[in-house]
Amino acid sequence: MNKNLTRRKMLKTSTAALGAVAGAGLLKGFPAIHAADAPVIRYLGTAVNMGDAVQKKLFDDTGIKVKFIVKTTDEVVKTIFTQPNSFDIVDSEYFSMPKLVPSGNLLGMDTKRIKEWDNVTSAFTKGEVAGKKIGDQGTAPKKVMYLKGAKSKEFASEPTQYVTLIPTVYNADTLGIRPDLIKRPISSWAELLNPEFKGKASILNIPSIGIMDAAMVVEAMGEYKYPDKGNMTKEEIDLTMKIFTEAKKSGQFRAFWSDFNESVNLMASGEVVIQSMWSPAITAVRTKGIPCVYQPLKEGYRAWAAGFGLPATTKGRQADICYEFINWYLSGWVGAYLNRQGYYSAVIPTAKKYMEAYEWDYWMMGKPATADIMSPEGKKLASKGEVRDGGSYEARMGAVACWNATMDENKYMVRKWNEMIAS
Amino acid sequence: MMKFLKLKPSVGLLSIPYSLIFIFFFFIPLALTFIISFWDYNEYSIIPDFIFENYSYIFKDCFNFEKDLCVTFKTYLSTFLFCFVTWFFTLIIGFFVAYFLAFYVSSITWQIVLFLLCTIPFWTSNVIRMISWIPLLGRNGLINDFLLSTGLADAPQEWLLYSGFSIVLAFVHLYTLFMIVPIFNSMMRIDKSIIEAAYDNGANGVQILWNIIVPLCKPGIVIGSIFVITVVMGDFITIGIMGGQQIPSIGKIIYVEMSYLQLPAAAANAVILLALTLLIIWIMTKMIDIRKEL
Repeated sequence: MNKNLTRRKMLKTSTAALGAVAGAGLLKGFPAIHAADAPVIRYLGTAVNMGDAVQKKLFDDTGIKVKFIVKTTDEVVKTIFTQPNSFDIVDSEYFSMPKLVPSGNLLGMDTKRIKEWDNVTSAFTKGEVAGKKIGDQGTAPKKVMYLKGAKSKEFASEPTQYVTLIPTVYNADTLGIRPDLIKRPISSWAELLNPEFKGKASILNIPSIGIMDAAMVVEAMGEYKYPDKGNMTKEEIDLTMKIFTEAKKSGQFRAFWSDFNESVNLMASGEVVIQSMWSPAITAVRTKGIPCVYQPLKEGYRAWAAGFGLPATTKGRQADICYEFINWYLSGWVGAYLNRQGYYSAVIPTAKKYMEAYEWDYWMMGKPATADIMSPEGKKLASKGEVRDGGSYEARMGAVACWNATMDENKYMVRKWNEMIAS
Repeated sequence: MMKFLKLKPSVGLLSIPYSLIFIFFFFIPLALTFIISFWDYNEYSIIPDFIFENYSYIFKDCFNFEKDLCVTFKTYLSTFLFCFVTWFFTLIIGFFVAYFLAFYVSSITWQIVLFLLCTIPFWTSNVIRMISWIPLLGRNGLINDFLLSTGLADAPQEWLLYSGFSIVLAFVHLYTLFMIVPIFNSMMRIDKSIIEAAYDNGANGVQILWNIIVPLCKPGIVIGSIFVITVVMGDFITIGIMGGQQIPSIGKIIYVEMSYLQLPAAAANAVILLALTLLIIWIMTKMIDIRKEL
């Protein structure tokens, strides 16, 4: 009897527990901001450029809290497809737009609600820097910026009121090198496959970005001139992968990397002396006191750009809070924070207000530093007298050759990339 | 199960919670994977269909023997090789570590302490492990420094890191514990009087090991082998990190396909991997009936 009672009691408790779990599951379906008093935004993104300082400043200025959902670039895209209601705002890259927009999972962003819209850099809106056209091979932001309407699944070729993402941050990427181990000037992407660096080169193992670096190399070697590196035909993909497969088989590469930290370690340890690299990774190697240069190359840069998007279901108060967050983001403080990391803010005039004159001269004007240059975390990045790799904003962004891209033959490209890794 | 229920209702009821867990978290996901492997897909969605394209692509060019070995066969071949070498070393090392713990360490306290020592490789994260091998095996690492300074080598040995060698090293380092535990468990069940009887009849140490301990440890060896083989077959993190992302693994192919939302292709690869792994385990359980031995 006693036994039975306990069993019944247990059943009761477990049913209650089940109910609680089911309830929690239901609650999750609602946007987090309605559930809490202080507005909380679930921020989906790679968050490589979002430190604690940003969160603190945001809360002090607006009372908004951010809950990060940190994923890799590819996983962010996957999450937008498979769990479109699991976040309130997404920080995504423009090159994902050709995949994302047709799904209808993202809302067209209303530029009328963005205070600084007219100040967004022309690199995004027109594909120009300082009045000059820059390279637009690949998924250049201007190609996938405008939508035909708020709920449209089609891109507009002319500027409209609605955009796919509100631009936030972008940069021009190139090869990173160890000048102390190479001991001679490097000026071309072709050096990545130079037999001189056999067993000491690396490329990133993220197919959509790696293929662009590979294309820059193939073109620099004079093997082939692509009509559009960012949208290769099957034959062009075959050719590119063939050259890299041969290089891989002959032992050109020490390793491939797929994680930011891996690239830092390969470079800092001297296992690799030349590789595709991202700006903050260079900074990370340098703050260890190891020389590392983000080498400008004569063929130009591979650029990328990111921005904020909202899920298609966003409306009412939730939308207000997200737009408030985006307006705060573009109001200057974060822009200065991004510029100090070596990225560029999408709204330059507001960022300038929050930077010291000597910082502005170093980061944006390409002038020699008149004082030590510090990272946002207070670590020394450059000494007095040093000049930023690649120089000024106009010199760097003006020399963009192509943008990260989603190709029409993306499926084929990923398969071929897998084959190269297996070869 | 119905027959079971009729005979003993209480036993049938007791098995319900586990059956439910099994159905919801194992059988249904697996069935879905199998179904989706026949679907079509595009950039952003999967399309219900019944096509064999996902499978036929995996084996494309595989049966054209004039060409080089196809990617799929190459990848499986390299995975099988890692499986075998890792299995071999973990078995040898695991067996003797278990032997030492079971027969030479008599106090339970020390057995526990030494067991905990064996779990040390699991205390670190993948990232830490990845970073910590470079100073040891790298071009400017400890081993190369030693080889160069003693004149044993004139140039840094590059095969130490980002190679098949470093992958096997990491696997053995990680998974020997999976062998130690079941083999140790089998050894502790061996009736000591059998060994004493063998001694009394004049058997030497090697004969006792080979004719008594090894046969009685078979269930432990098979269980350990199943652990090691299934883990190595599906691994892509260790192979990726230690192989410098240059050595293929089925897991990595599935991972890349998933991150590009090519879910049906990934599902087809997963089904084949699962079938092969099950086949290996089936062969192993044919060699020895674990249920009977336990």
